[in-house]
Amino acid sequence: MITKRIIPCLDVKDGRVVKGVNFLGLSDVSSPVKLAKFYSENGADELVFYDITASFEKRALFTDILKEVASTIFIPLTVGGGINTIEDFDRVLKCGADKVSVNSGAIKNPDLISKAAQKYGNQCVVLSADVKRVDGKFMLFAKGGRENTGIDAIDWIEKGAKNGAGEIVVNSIDTDGVKGGFDIEMLKAVCDKVNVPVIASGGAGKIDDFVTLFNEIPDIDAGLAASIFHFGEVKISDLKNTLKNNNINVRI
Amino acid sequence: MIAIVDYGVGNIFSLYSSFKFIGVDVCLTSDKQKIKDSEKIILPGVGAFKDAAQKLKETSLGDVVVNEAKGGKPLLGICLGMQMMFEKSYEYGEHDGLGLIEGSVVPIKDVIPNNLKIPHIGWNSLDFPKNKEKSKLFKYINEKDFVYFVHSFYAKDCEKNVIATSNYGADLTAAVEKDNIFATQFHPEKSGNVGLSILKAFSEI
Repeated sequence: MITKRIIPCLDVKDGRVVKGVNFLGLSDVSSPVKLAKFYSENGADELVFYDITASFEKRALFTDILKEVASTIFIPLTVGGGINTIEDFDRVLKCGADKVSVNSGAIKNPDLISKAAQKYGNQCVVLSADVKRVDGKFMLFAKGGRENTGIDAIDWIEKGAKNGAGEIVVNSIDTDGVKGGFDIEMLKAVCDKVNVPVIASGGAGKIDDFVTLFNEIPDIDAGLAASIFHFGEVKISDLKNTLKNNNINVRI
Repeated sequence: MIAIVDYGVGNIFSLYSSFKFIGVDVCLTSDKQKIKDSEKIILPGVGAFKDAAQKLKETSLGDVVVNEAKGGKPLLGICLGMQMMFEKSYEYGEHDGLGLIEGSVVPIKDVIPNNLKIPHIGWNSLDFPKNKEKSKLFKYINEKDFVYFVHSFYAKDCEKNVIATSNYGADLTAAVEKDNIFATQFHPEKSGNVGLSILKAFSEI
């Protein structure tokens, strides 16, 4: 049986993981390589790295780190942040990424998804969408959730999947950081429209939030979170055991 | 030395790194002589069957792989590299494979229920056929261990060579073995310690 995936997300800036300051059992909590290894050994099914570096020079530092991670950790790696062109895909894929996540780059250049899918295959292209309710409608936001694009988010995601995105990450801005659980309503609206894997992001605060997610939406493939894993509030091994006890298929 | 055939398709950085990680001598190469001189060959691959088959043909690397395998050299095909082992693929048309193992490659959508997503992406468990001895490739792992899959097509009509299946609404061919030729639909280089154990087992064949 295929299993539900648990995916820690690491935001990397200037070569260090941000938000990862209080982690148990690790001496250097902000080292992307050490943190990635720790997660891999403790049951993470996949890792996502977001490059939140602004400058071009620092990009090289990020790809060096990516190479180091890919040389020592043998689970799927998704890379996002600053992916605007096919050359950006090429740059991270050569350093060991398996999938590339596009967000603003696809808003600026809607052809990016189809071009990348043709070149690297759908399985390689992940569409990440920041979504927020505005007047009762799900709207697509850009610039890290600061700017309303005026685009209907569900339409956008549906179109992205049709153009070749092989997976969708839905970040709910409404539940992000609140730690009150995933945005079930928003995720259901997405799952109803696409037939590619959907990864839930934003809102996880405790183990039960993942149980609720997978029970309420059988079509959801994975749950993604950052700080609750980094701060040790949720241990992946405990999370997976609880999911298993709730008859949700996981890899243990 | 294990030679990973570099014919311009897919992410081979992780595959190369995983052999390095387990301390196995490995090279990435498109040099025919190096492949002939190697002890074992890996044929990787991600992407479209047609493009990959064309590249193997144009570069005649396909002929080298076939000749070496027929001469008894251990060969491991991974993902699209596995699909290449078969006689034909029906991925967007009809294309010839290397023909080392009987069988053909067809869309999984023909055999799985409509409500399941395509591609089959993620960690799935391996089942070993009841009537066969466990393959040498799996000497360090157990039935039901999890490995990582990403694919929309699978090999069929190859029952006699199947050494593992994985259930995704149907029992899909996960690995095959014929004499010195091995192939996995899943990615051992992305399957954590289970995957590394499979690569180690291959290196010891």
